[in-house]
Amino acid sequence: MDSTPALPRAIGIETIGMTKRFGAHAALDDVSMKIERGGFHALLGENGAGKSTLVKCVMGFYAPTAGTVLVDGREAEITNPKGAQARGLGMVYQHFTLVPSLTGAENLVIARADAPAILDWKAQRAVLADFMDRMPFRLNLDRPVAELAAGEKQKLEIVKQLYLEARFLILDEPTSVLTPSEAEEVLGLLRAMTDRGDLTVLMISHKFHEVETFARSLSVLRRGRLVGGGAVGTLSRDDMAALMIGERTVRTLAARIGDADAGREVLRVEGVTATDPSGLRHIAIDSLRVRAREIVGIAGVSGNGQKELADVLGGQIRATAGRVIVAGAPYSGTRSESRSRKVRFIPEEPLRNACAPRMSVSENLAFRAFDRRGDAAGGPPTLWLDKRAMAARARELIARFKVKTASAEAPIATLSGGNVQRAVLARELTDPVDLLIVVNPCFGLDFAAVSEIRNRIVAARNAGAAVLLISEDLDEILELSDRILVMSDGRLVYETPAAAAEAGTIGRHMAGHH
Amino acid sequence: MVAQAAPSELSAAPARPSTGLQVRAWLARRAEAVAIPVAAAVTGFVLFGVFLAAMGKSPVQLVEIVWRGGFGSAFALGNSLQRAAPLLFAALCVALPARLGLVVIGGEGAIVLGGLAAAAAAQPLAAMPVPLAIPLMALAAALVGAVWIGAVGWLQAYRGVNATISSLLLSYIAIAVANHLIEGPLRDPTSLNKPSTLPVGEAFMLGPMPGIGVHWGLGCGVIACLAAYLLMDRTTLGFAARIAGGNVRAAQIQGLPVGRLIVGFTALGGAFAALAGFFEVVAVQGTANGTLAAGYGYTGILVAFLARQNPIAIVPVAFLLGGIEASGGLIQRRMQLPDATVLVLEGLLFLVVLMSETLYGRFKLFNPHLWAAKSRATERETARGSTPAGPA
Repeated sequence: MDSTPALPRAIGIETIGMTKRFGAHAALDDVSMKIERGGFHALLGENGAGKSTLVKCVMGFYAPTAGTVLVDGREAEITNPKGAQARGLGMVYQHFTLVPSLTGAENLVIARADAPAILDWKAQRAVLADFMDRMPFRLNLDRPVAELAAGEKQKLEIVKQLYLEARFLILDEPTSVLTPSEAEEVLGLLRAMTDRGDLTVLMISHKFHEVETFARSLSVLRRGRLVGGGAVGTLSRDDMAALMIGERTVRTLAARIGDADAGREVLRVEGVTATDPSGLRHIAIDSLRVRAREIVGIAGVSGNGQKELADVLGGQIRATAGRVIVAGAPYSGTRSESRSRKVRFIPEEPLRNACAPRMSVSENLAFRAFDRRGDAAGGPPTLWLDKRAMAARARELIARFKVKTASAEAPIATLSGGNVQRAVLARELTDPVDLLIVVNPCFGLDFAAVSEIRNRIVAARNAGAAVLLISEDLDEILELSDRILVMSDGRLVYETPAAAAEAGTIGRHMAGHH
Repeated sequence: MVAQAAPSELSAAPARPSTGLQVRAWLARRAEAVAIPVAAAVTGFVLFGVFLAAMGKSPVQLVEIVWRGGFGSAFALGNSLQRAAPLLFAALCVALPARLGLVVIGGEGAIVLGGLAAAAAAQPLAAMPVPLAIPLMALAAALVGAVWIGAVGWLQAYRGVNATISSLLLSYIAIAVANHLIEGPLRDPTSLNKPSTLPVGEAFMLGPMPGIGVHWGLGCGVIACLAAYLLMDRTTLGFAARIAGGNVRAAQIQGLPVGRLIVGFTALGGAFAALAGFFEVVAVQGTANGTLAAGYGYTGILVAFLARQNPIAIVPVAFLLGGIEASGGLIQRRMQLPDATVLVLEGLLFLVVLMSETLYGRFKLFNPHLWAAKSRATERETARGSTPAGPA
């Protein structure tokens, strides 16, 4: 290891007739694709299109039902991830796989399969320094991983794979945790490595601009089949979208009707400070105002205080100072306050935060109004549970919001993510709403569900609701908002009307450059 | 390609399923809730049979003895029902907090303190008319139990202390406090080798219920179970508690008073457990003494889990367990087995019941709605797989 020659050359991969069935369900159906040595190939497709299944088959996580993998033109039987690593295949996952309490150097060394039982750190450090000299990535390997920013962690994940001598790198949505500028840097460096012939990259992505900027070729999967692809540049964005989605009528976003009601300020947050239960994260919101018939989007990289802000507004954690005012009076998120002032809160990951997974769809739909007589939440309080009214209301909401469920009595955990979110929206948006607070509403949902749910949010706005949208998806913020704020390090650092918004400027503020 | 939902939506199914499927799903879920615990209990007995066989005893003889000792005669039945009465209350002390997601196992302490409070209250109330004094004694017991187990709920809700551990530890403290009082300040000087409080007095003793010869604790226990069922299943309070138990974050986001619900339901469970002690004093023992800590609180945990925390199901299960405990003496004498043998049986039952919790939703027979959705999704995938390939 101490006298490593120049980096070994990149390797090429080819799949032939790759098929993976789970029972009768074909997650992957006869996919043949070739990625040349030194290529930068993008794999596009909706959720459930088979992208992850394909790369898992290549990496040996899954045994394909049929089909083979060729490594540099020779048939390779890869039965487990170790075998893939031995052949120079590496994968970087969406979530981090580093040990937070160890330093970068320690993480790299323990990842080696051949790490000795007793480590001579001096020698290891010399080897690492030599290795890093040949890497385009600049990293401080002596800091614990927990102290690194997301972008640095992602770089370390990539460096780890290169250190393990991966010459074919699979990236699963590598930029979902990065700011636009971090993403640009990381992908640019990888692209340069492929240009030099040191590496081959296969990148799963949803983002067209990334694909167009960095990839050389692309393939599109739909429902487990390879439906198209080619060199980047030969397909327009519309072509790519059409291939991904197929011949399905996609609802376009409902038009905004009317302007913000300047005279009716529904939510006002003034000088609020708060600390999360772990005591590590602090927020300080000087001023945040949302008016009726207005969507205010709060953009930011995950973990910059958005969750704490949402928790303060939802009454989960108490502000240490300042005031939250809804419709002119202090608001702390109790049930009676949210009822009388028509406030609805839709948290992220609805199955985890807004539903009781083992209770039925019908019961989950009743959470907001079960303690009021009549079928709306406005009736008088009641101690007796009206099960018949509950069931009738559930049937109506399921039909109206097109919630796909086998039965109203099925546990809500049996529904797909999109249908859980439909059910939550059905529950929260049926009666008149004055203030809607919604966090990452479309995270992890497929294309059709996303457009439908965004339409519901715009419809609530058009009906006169003040909407506070907290989202880590910048495209979603740009698409939905009337006004955009950026949250960074617990503070609101930038504000712009959506009409004048510029993704680059927003990204810079998200990354902490103000 | 057909315009359709994305393949990721495996649970996609018609928005309006047939009523036939709904009725079947309803019946099947009810059947599952009975079949799995019954199968678990049977498995527990079979394992105990293996244990007996390994000890060189006859499992068949055991069945015969349990039948004769617990259920075979009017006397045996009466004995079983008498033992079932405190189990009803003790099981409610587990089942009510369980709906909020709390595992409270300290009912024994509330039973002991409840009995002691009833006995202690008897002395100042001695001059009162009986119809007034007895409810006041019950109230004293219930209040003490409510405070004791309510504290467990408070610690969990507002201080994050695990309710299972705090209830167990508080139970030891309760028993120690009760022993101290029974052997010290509240001791009847005439109780020599069995320290007891002063007797509540003949006038304050409850007689048997007419017709069945078992004390009123049984009837009140059954009524308590029915009331608890109505509370949990038919009131908005019970529904709120189930939301909090199903997902505390969802309950908080709905603005439900989760802390107050937890304290309220644990306190109610503690009050019920304390009533078990009250009836032991005023219907069986006549005084509060060490026999109050006879293990009803712990058997009550088993009853509640076997009944899947359903207050109605507690009634038959408590009767069954009461019968097994009633036959304990006979097992000991006739099969020359130590008296811990019944504990071995209860322990085995408990383990099997806990393991059976993982089986819910696994059987096609019991969950047609789940499996129907899955098979429809796979059929669709299969149909799609056989159509010609899409544009390449």
